[in-house]
Amino acid sequence: MARMASLGLFLFVFWLLLSGHYTVWLIGAGLIVSALLAVGAHFLGLADEEGHPVNRLGAGLAYWPWLAVEIIKSSVDVARIILNPKLPIAPEMFETKVGPRTPVGVATYANSITLTPGTITVEVDRERDTFLVHALTRAGADGVRGGEMDRRVTRFEGRAA
Amino acid sequence: MIDLLRDIVAGLFLVAGAGFILVGAIGINRMPDLFTRIHAASLIDTTGVGLVLVGLMFLGGFSLVTVKLVFLLAFLLFMGPVATHALAAAALHAGIKPDLADAPKPPRGGKAANGKAANDRTANGKPAGAKAAGSRAAARKAGPL
Repeated sequence: MARMASLGLFLFVFWLLLSGHYTVWLIGAGLIVSALLAVGAHFLGLADEEGHPVNRLGAGLAYWPWLAVEIIKSSVDVARIILNPKLPIAPEMFETKVGPRTPVGVATYANSITLTPGTITVEVDRERDTFLVHALTRAGADGVRGGEMDRRVTRFEGRAA
Repeated sequence: MIDLLRDIVAGLFLVAGAGFILVGAIGINRMPDLFTRIHAASLIDTTGVGLVLVGLMFLGGFSLVTVKLVFLLAFLLFMGPVATHALAAAALHAGIKPDLADAPKPPRGGKAANGKAANDRTANGKPAGAKAAGSRAAARKAGPL
Protein backbone atom coordinates (compact mmCIF):
# COMPACT_ATOMS: atom_id res chain seq x y z
CA MET A 1 0.00 0.00 0.00
CA ALA A 2 2.80 2.38 0.94
CA ARG A 3 4.60 1.23 -2.18
CA MET A 4 1.59 2.13 -4.31
CA ALA A 5 1.46 5.61 -2.79
CA SER A 6 5.18 6.02 -3.36
CA LEU A 7 4.82 4.94 -7.01
CA GLY A 8 2.03 7.49 -7.49
CA LEU A 9 4.18 10.21 -5.93
CA PHE A 10 7.16 9.32 -8.14
CA LEU A 11 4.99 9.35 -11.27
CA PHE A 12 3.51 12.72 -10.34
CA VAL A 13 6.91 14.30 -9.65
CA PHE A 14 8.16 12.83 -12.94
CA TRP A 15 5.20 14.44 -14.73
CA LEU A 16 5.85 17.81 -13.07
CA LEU A 17 9.55 17.79 -13.95
CA LEU A 18 8.96 16.79 -17.56
CA SER A 19 6.08 19.21 -18.14
CA GLY A 20 7.39 22.54 -16.88
CA HIS A 21 3.96 24.12 -17.48
CA TYR A 22 2.32 24.68 -14.11
CA THR A 23 -1.33 25.39 -14.81
CA VAL A 24 -4.25 23.98 -12.84
CA TRP A 25 -5.38 21.87 -15.81
CA LEU A 26 -1.98 20.24 -16.43
CA ILE A 27 -1.18 19.63 -12.76
CA GLY A 28 -4.66 18.23 -12.15
CA ALA A 29 -4.44 15.95 -15.18
CA GLY A 30 -1.02 14.72 -14.03
CA LEU A 31 -2.34 14.06 -10.54
CA ILE A 32 -5.26 12.00 -11.84
CA VAL A 33 -3.20 10.07 -14.39
CA SER A 34 -0.42 9.20 -11.95
CA ALA A 35 -2.95 8.14 -9.29
CA LEU A 36 -4.75 5.91 -11.82
CA LEU A 37 -1.47 4.41 -13.00
CA ALA A 38 -0.34 3.70 -9.44
CA VAL A 39 -3.63 1.99 -8.58
CA GLY A 40 -3.57 0.05 -11.86
CA ALA A 41 0.03 -1.05 -11.28
CA HIS A 42 -0.92 -2.16 -7.79
CA PHE A 43 -3.73 -4.39 -9.03
CA LEU A 44 -1.65 -5.74 -11.92
CA GLY A 45 1.03 -6.72 -9.41
CA LEU A 46 3.61 -4.35 -10.90
CA ALA A 47 4.05 -2.14 -7.85
CA ASP A 48 5.97 -4.74 -5.86
CA GLU A 49 9.54 -4.83 -4.60
CA GLU A 50 10.69 -5.84 -8.08
CA GLY A 51 8.76 -3.26 -10.10
CA HIS A 52 9.24 -0.26 -7.81
CA PRO A 53 12.21 -0.96 -5.52
CA VAL A 54 12.10 2.44 -3.85
CA ASN A 55 13.38 1.08 -0.54
CA ARG A 56 16.73 0.40 -2.25
CA LEU A 57 17.15 4.06 -3.27
CA GLY A 58 19.39 4.99 -0.35
CA ALA A 59 21.59 1.93 -0.86
CA GLY A 60 21.71 2.81 -4.55
CA LEU A 61 23.00 6.30 -3.80
CA ALA A 62 25.86 4.66 -1.91
CA TYR A 63 26.54 2.09 -4.66
CA TRP A 64 26.26 4.16 -7.86
CA PRO A 65 29.19 6.55 -7.24
CA TRP A 66 31.49 3.55 -6.71
CA LEU A 67 30.11 2.01 -9.91
CA ALA A 68 30.70 5.29 -11.81
CA VAL A 69 34.35 5.33 -10.71
CA GLU A 70 34.73 1.68 -11.79
CA ILE A 71 33.16 2.49 -15.18
CA ILE A 72 35.58 5.37 -15.75
CA LYS A 73 38.58 3.28 -14.69
CA SER A 74 37.75 0.35 -16.95
CA SER A 75 36.79 2.71 -19.80
CA VAL A 76 40.30 4.16 -19.71
CA ASP A 77 41.72 0.62 -19.66
CA VAL A 78 39.65 -0.45 -22.70
CA ALA A 79 40.49 2.79 -24.55
CA ARG A 80 44.20 2.14 -23.97
CA ILE A 81 43.82 -1.40 -25.31
CA ILE A 82 42.05 -0.15 -28.43
CA LEU A 83 44.66 2.53 -29.09
CA ASN A 84 47.56 0.14 -28.44
CA PRO A 85 48.93 -0.85 -31.88
CA LYS A 86 49.41 -4.44 -30.65
CA LEU A 87 45.74 -4.72 -29.55
CA PRO A 88 46.64 -6.79 -26.44
CA ILE A 89 43.33 -8.57 -25.91
CA ALA A 90 42.82 -12.03 -24.42
CA PRO A 91 39.06 -12.68 -24.56
CA GLU A 92 37.74 -15.06 -21.96
CA MET A 93 34.37 -16.65 -21.29
CA PHE A 94 33.81 -17.92 -17.77
CA GLU A 95 31.14 -18.59 -15.18
CA THR A 96 31.01 -16.64 -11.95
CA LYS A 97 29.01 -17.20 -8.79
CA VAL A 98 26.28 -14.70 -7.99
CA GLY A 99 25.96 -13.51 -4.41
CA PRO A 100 22.74 -11.44 -4.63
CA ARG A 101 19.51 -13.36 -4.12
CA THR A 102 16.65 -10.97 -4.96
CA PRO A 103 15.60 -10.20 -8.56
CA VAL A 104 16.62 -6.56 -8.10
CA GLY A 105 20.05 -7.57 -6.79
CA VAL A 106 20.70 -10.08 -9.58
CA ALA A 107 19.59 -7.62 -12.28
CA THR A 108 21.74 -4.87 -10.75
CA TYR A 109 24.79 -7.12 -10.63
CA ALA A 110 24.29 -8.33 -14.23
CA ASN A 111 23.78 -4.76 -15.45
CA SER A 112 26.79 -3.49 -13.51
CA ILE A 113 29.05 -6.11 -15.12
CA THR A 114 27.72 -5.19 -18.56
CA LEU A 115 27.96 -1.44 -17.93
CA THR A 116 31.62 -1.74 -17.05
CA PRO A 117 33.46 -1.70 -20.40
CA GLY A 118 35.49 -4.86 -20.92
CA THR A 119 33.01 -7.30 -19.38
CA ILE A 120 29.56 -8.45 -20.55
CA THR A 121 27.05 -10.70 -18.84
CA VAL A 122 26.11 -13.11 -21.63
CA GLU A 123 23.83 -15.48 -19.73
CA VAL A 124 22.04 -15.40 -16.40
CA ASP A 125 21.39 -18.80 -14.82
CA ARG A 126 19.12 -18.38 -11.83
CA GLU A 127 18.84 -22.13 -11.29
CA ARG A 128 22.51 -22.50 -10.41
CA ASP A 129 23.05 -18.82 -9.50
CA THR A 130 25.80 -18.20 -12.03
CA PHE A 131 26.49 -15.66 -14.75
CA LEU A 132 28.28 -16.49 -17.98
CA VAL A 133 30.61 -13.51 -18.44
CA HIS A 134 32.66 -12.52 -21.50
CA ALA A 135 35.73 -10.45 -20.67
CA LEU A 136 38.04 -8.64 -23.06
CA THR A 137 41.20 -9.20 -21.01
CA ARG A 138 42.44 -11.42 -18.21
CA ALA A 139 42.62 -8.36 -15.94
CA GLY A 140 38.95 -7.60 -16.56
CA ALA A 141 38.01 -11.23 -15.90
CA ASP A 142 40.03 -11.25 -12.68
CA GLY A 143 38.24 -8.06 -11.64
CA VAL A 144 34.90 -9.88 -11.85
CA ARG A 145 36.30 -13.05 -10.22
CA GLY A 146 37.71 -10.96 -7.39
CA GLY A 147 34.13 -10.41 -6.30
CA GLU A 148 34.27 -6.86 -4.98
CA MET A 149 31.33 -5.82 -7.15
CA ASP A 150 29.48 -8.95 -6.02
CA ARG A 151 29.95 -7.98 -2.36
CA ARG A 152 28.93 -4.39 -2.97
CA VAL A 153 25.76 -5.40 -4.85
CA THR A 154 24.94 -7.86 -2.07
CA ARG A 155 25.24 -4.98 0.41
CA PHE A 156 23.13 -2.78 -1.91
CA GLU A 157 20.52 -5.52 -1.99
CA GLY A 158 20.20 -5.24 1.78
CA ARG A 159 20.57 -8.90 2.74
CA ALA A 160 23.98 -9.70 4.11
CA ALA A 161 25.07 -13.04 2.68
CA MET B 1 33.79 34.49 -14.61
CA ILE B 2 31.60 31.69 -13.27
CA ASP B 3 30.07 31.36 -16.73
CA LEU B 4 33.48 31.00 -18.29
CA LEU B 5 34.48 28.37 -15.73
CA ARG B 6 31.25 26.48 -16.35
CA ASP B 7 31.80 26.54 -20.10
CA ILE B 8 35.33 25.25 -19.69
CA VAL B 9 34.24 22.36 -17.44
CA ALA B 10 31.36 21.54 -19.80
CA GLY B 11 33.72 21.66 -22.76
CA LEU B 12 36.15 19.29 -21.05
CA PHE B 13 33.36 16.78 -20.44
CA LEU B 14 32.09 17.11 -24.02
CA VAL B 15 35.55 16.66 -25.51
CA ALA B 16 36.26 13.67 -23.24
CA GLY B 17 32.93 12.10 -24.22
CA ALA B 18 33.55 12.71 -27.91
CA GLY B 19 37.03 11.22 -27.50
CA PHE B 20 35.62 8.04 -25.97
CA ILE B 21 33.06 7.81 -28.80
CA LEU B 22 35.86 8.14 -31.36
CA VAL B 23 38.01 5.52 -29.61
CA GLY B 24 35.00 3.22 -29.39
CA ALA B 25 34.36 3.61 -33.12
CA ILE B 26 38.02 2.80 -33.85
CA GLY B 27 37.71 -0.19 -31.52
CA ILE B 28 34.66 -1.54 -33.36
CA ASN B 29 36.76 -1.58 -36.51
CA ARG B 30 39.86 -3.09 -34.90
CA MET B 31 38.33 -5.86 -32.78
CA PRO B 32 38.40 -9.37 -34.30
CA ASP B 33 34.92 -10.77 -33.50
CA LEU B 34 31.40 -9.87 -32.44
CA PHE B 35 31.86 -10.22 -28.67
CA THR B 36 35.02 -8.13 -28.53
CA ARG B 37 33.32 -5.51 -30.73
CA ILE B 38 30.52 -5.27 -28.16
CA HIS B 39 33.17 -4.27 -25.61
CA ALA B 40 34.28 -1.43 -27.86
CA ALA B 41 30.66 -0.41 -28.42
CA SER B 42 29.98 -0.28 -24.69
CA LEU B 43 32.72 2.34 -24.48
CA ILE B 44 30.48 4.50 -26.69
CA ASP B 45 27.08 3.92 -25.14
CA THR B 46 28.19 4.06 -21.50
CA THR B 47 31.18 6.34 -21.13
CA GLY B 48 31.02 8.40 -24.31
CA VAL B 49 27.35 9.30 -24.18
CA GLY B 50 27.46 9.56 -20.37
CA LEU B 51 30.25 12.15 -20.41
CA VAL B 52 28.55 14.13 -23.19
CA LEU B 53 25.33 14.22 -21.15
CA VAL B 54 27.22 15.38 -18.03
CA GLY B 55 28.83 18.13 -20.10
CA LEU B 56 25.41 19.22 -21.35
CA MET B 57 24.16 19.26 -17.74
CA PHE B 58 26.82 21.84 -16.90
CA LEU B 59 25.65 23.95 -19.86
CA GLY B 60 22.03 23.54 -18.77
CA GLY B 61 22.65 24.93 -15.29
CA PHE B 62 19.94 24.65 -12.65
CA SER B 63 16.97 24.21 -14.96
CA LEU B 64 14.36 21.70 -16.07
CA VAL B 65 16.57 20.91 -19.07
CA THR B 66 19.20 19.57 -16.69
CA VAL B 67 16.57 17.49 -14.89
CA LYS B 68 15.58 15.96 -18.22
CA LEU B 69 19.22 15.22 -18.99
CA VAL B 70 19.51 13.47 -15.61
CA PHE B 71 16.47 11.33 -16.49
CA LEU B 72 17.99 10.61 -19.89
CA LEU B 73 21.27 9.49 -18.34
CA ALA B 74 19.46 7.33 -15.79
CA PHE B 75 17.34 5.61 -18.46
CA LEU B 76 20.41 5.10 -20.61
CA LEU B 77 22.35 3.52 -17.76
CA PHE B 78 19.45 1.20 -16.90
CA MET B 79 18.53 0.20 -20.45
CA GLY B 80 21.87 0.18 -22.27
CA PRO B 81 23.21 -2.93 -20.50
CA VAL B 82 19.91 -4.76 -21.05
CA ALA B 83 20.22 -4.20 -24.81
CA THR B 84 23.91 -5.18 -24.78
CA HIS B 85 23.13 -8.34 -22.81
CA ALA B 86 20.29 -9.22 -25.20
CA LEU B 87 22.63 -8.80 -28.17
CA ALA B 88 25.35 -10.99 -26.65
CA ALA B 89 22.89 -13.66 -25.49
CA ALA B 90 21.20 -13.75 -28.90
CA ALA B 91 24.56 -14.08 -30.65
CA LEU B 92 25.56 -16.98 -28.39
CA HIS B 93 22.21 -18.74 -28.89
CA ALA B 94 22.49 -18.24 -32.65
CA GLY B 95 25.67 -20.32 -32.48
CA ILE B 96 28.31 -17.61 -32.91
CA LYS B 97 31.48 -18.90 -31.23
CA PRO B 98 33.43 -16.26 -29.34
CA ASP B 99 37.05 -15.93 -30.43
CA LEU B 100 38.73 -16.86 -27.15
CA ALA B 101 42.33 -16.81 -26.03
CA ASP B 102 42.67 -20.54 -25.36
CA ALA B 103 45.20 -22.45 -23.28
CA PRO B 104 48.01 -22.04 -25.87
CA LYS B 105 48.31 -18.30 -25.41
CA PRO B 106 48.15 -16.44 -28.74
CA PRO B 107 51.34 -14.47 -29.37
CA ARG B 108 50.99 -10.81 -28.49
CA GLY B 109 51.90 -9.52 -31.91
CA GLY B 110 50.82 -7.13 -34.63
CA LYS B 111 48.41 -7.81 -37.44
CA ALA B 112 50.44 -10.66 -39.01
CA ALA B 113 50.77 -12.51 -35.71
CA ASN B 114 47.07 -12.05 -35.01
CA GLY B 115 46.20 -13.56 -38.38
CA LYS B 116 48.47 -16.50 -37.68
CA ALA B 117 46.95 -17.05 -34.27
CA ALA B 118 43.47 -17.06 -35.76
CA ASN B 119 44.55 -19.68 -38.31
CA ASP B 120 46.08 -21.84 -35.60
CA ARG B 121 42.91 -21.69 -33.62
CA THR B 122 40.72 -22.80 -36.51
CA ALA B 123 43.15 -25.66 -37.12
CA ASN B 124 43.82 -26.94 -33.58
CA GLY B 125 41.40 -25.13 -31.31
CA LYS B 126 38.23 -26.68 -32.76
CA PRO B 127 37.87 -29.64 -30.36
CA ALA B 128 38.28 -27.49 -27.26
CA GLY B 129 35.80 -24.88 -28.51
CA ALA B 130 33.30 -27.54 -29.57
CA LYS B 131 33.60 -29.25 -26.20
CA ALA B 132 32.97 -26.02 -24.31
CA ALA B 133 29.94 -25.24 -26.46
CA GLY B 134 28.69 -28.79 -25.94
CA SER B 135 28.89 -28.55 -22.15
CA ARG B 136 27.11 -25.19 -22.27
CA ALA B 137 24.37 -26.70 -24.40
CA ALA B 138 24.07 -29.58 -21.93
CA ALA B 139 23.84 -27.13 -19.05
CA ARG B 140 21.11 -25.26 -20.86
CA LYS B 141 19.24 -28.48 -21.55
CA ALA B 142 19.27 -29.29 -17.84
CA GLY B 143 17.64 -25.93 -17.13
CA PRO B 144 13.93 -25.13 -17.27
CA LEU B 145 14.03 -24.65 -21.03
